[in-house]
Amino acid sequence: MTFRIGQTLSSLALGLALATTALTPAVWAAGASDTDQERAARWQEIAKSIFGDRQIAPTDSLVKIDAPVRALDAALVPITLTMPNDGQIKAVSLIIDDNPAPYAAKFEFGPAADPTELKLRVRVNNYTDMHAVVETQDGKLYEAKQFVKASGGCSAPMGMSDEEAMKGMGDMRMKFAETGPGKPVEATLMVRHPNFSGMQMNQVSRDYTPARYIDKLTVSAGDQTVFTLTGDISIASNPVINFAFKPDGKPIQVAASDNQGGRWQHSFNPPAPTN
Amino acid sequence: MAVTAVQPRAFPGHRAPSRRSALFGGLCLCCLPTLGRAAESFAMEEVGPGIFMRKGLIADATPENADAIANIGFIIGKNSVLVTESGGSLADGAWLRGEIVKRTQKPITHVVLTHVHPDHAFGAGAFLQDKPVFIGHAKLTEALSARGEFYRKRLIDLLGEEQTGPVVYPTMTVADTAEVDLGDRRLTFTAHGPAHTTSDLSMIDSGSGLLFPADLLFVTRIPSLDGSLRGWLKETERLKAMGASRAVPGHGPVSVDLAPALADLTGYLTALRDGTRAAIAKDVPIEKAVDSVARDQRDKWALFDTYNGRNVTVAYQELEWE
Repeated sequence: MTFRIGQTLSSLALGLALATTALTPAVWAAGASDTDQERAARWQEIAKSIFGDRQIAPTDSLVKIDAPVRALDAALVPITLTMPNDGQIKAVSLIIDDNPAPYAAKFEFGPAADPTELKLRVRVNNYTDMHAVVETQDGKLYEAKQFVKASGGCSAPMGMSDEEAMKGMGDMRMKFAETGPGKPVEATLMVRHPNFSGMQMNQVSRDYTPARYIDKLTVSAGDQTVFTLTGDISIASNPVINFAFKPDGKPIQVAASDNQGGRWQHSFNPPAPTN
Repeated sequence: MAVTAVQPRAFPGHRAPSRRSALFGGLCLCCLPTLGRAAESFAMEEVGPGIFMRKGLIADATPENADAIANIGFIIGKNSVLVTESGGSLADGAWLRGEIVKRTQKPITHVVLTHVHPDHAFGAGAFLQDKPVFIGHAKLTEALSARGEFYRKRLIDLLGEEQTGPVVYPTMTVADTAEVDLGDRRLTFTAHGPAHTTSDLSMIDSGSGLLFPADLLFVTRIPSLDGSLRGWLKETERLKAMGASRAVPGHGPVSVDLAPALADLTGYLTALRDGTRAAIAKDVPIEKAVDSVARDQRDKWALFDTYNGRNVTVAYQELEWE
């Protein structure tokens, strides 16, 4: 056993913190002590429910996951997915095996995409394996895996009232990194949305705040799709996505919807390339 | 009479190794015998006339320390007793109540819930029998209803149900300012805007002139951010303007000179703000910012490595929307 008591319980002390790095013994007992074999069996089951009987081969070149081994904040775990930019990646799925809804996100790339580096922030509810599965243009599936220590990310109450959390819902911002002519542009998309998990309870009313999350988000450069994201409750509140695209001088369009019928559209002008 | 009924030991009923401690394996067994001893080593310090404080441990909650990590205490007024902070668990609150009844038979009429965090709120259950007024920020009820049960479950995992106690809600809420008269002194409460948390309540005692900023003031222990970074910096100005020269911080020594302590706190919060802003401006992603922001503050604060990264995570989310 490698964790220190002080570290383990740190969150109890001072805050929401609790929700975060804190691995409480109960949670630990529930999932953290599973053997690799048990985890692998669970993954088999999840993979079958998502991909049916299709074969998934391991890869260390077609996709790589970077995530903190121990999350500082279980309600905001930064994930980086790295993929080759040679046109062969059609889609990537992120699965957080031990989350209540394991299928966290699926990105389907369009012609304007550069999938080299994709970042998003997720909730992690338990010590868990995380899987990235890419689909190549020829329809084959490949997987990479990383283990992450965190707990309580999905049920952690937000630091504010539901009303407060929903303020400005649908607002968006986009930041563009500087780039040279003809090069892909790195962009950061920020969306105001609580992404309620449905597991956050109000103790007075004894009600759970109903799940309300971004379920579809499409980014296009002019007429060309960069990616379409299918999302779920595992994506952290106020989603932030870093991606890259091939610019053609036209505005970047973002269209988002949530599972309760919310619809938002925004347009952003990327800066002109500089030499 | 209660005086004799209260055990001198803080956390009576030292439990045999349970499932919980068994889960901690050998790491924990070595410290179990210190359960009682650690508590006995706590002493109340009289920081002003009739004002007794206990210094919290500069540590995180563990099964052995019963979450006794905050500075807690009480004020014995002419007519009655006010509890300034209740403690981190039912066990911690019961210990504090024992310290009170050792010193006075006056009734405990007020218990202050300074904010939502468990190390300050869970001692309140030990005072329910006294039927006091529980004083809290106008936003505390909402914050406790969102998080109280969540905190309680986590504490139960750690300490067991019998040591944890219930979530206690305020019965008197403060939206702006309020006063309580203990006969010989007045206590003035101020509800602050989002800062350390969204439910921070401070208090000034007219008898001693002491300011009780609770967790709006951390000393020695790294501040933990759970409200608003910009708001906290704003509220430190308000604390300065209250005219007190000495204060009782929520963590650290039980009594300090206010100005230098606030300067240290502001130094950290400013480093956190400016470093996070710079990271955002340079497109340094959150996962890298947690390892680079405010590093120059590392030697100045206990538990820096445990909390700084999380503070950066919280600050980043607030400041990236500026």
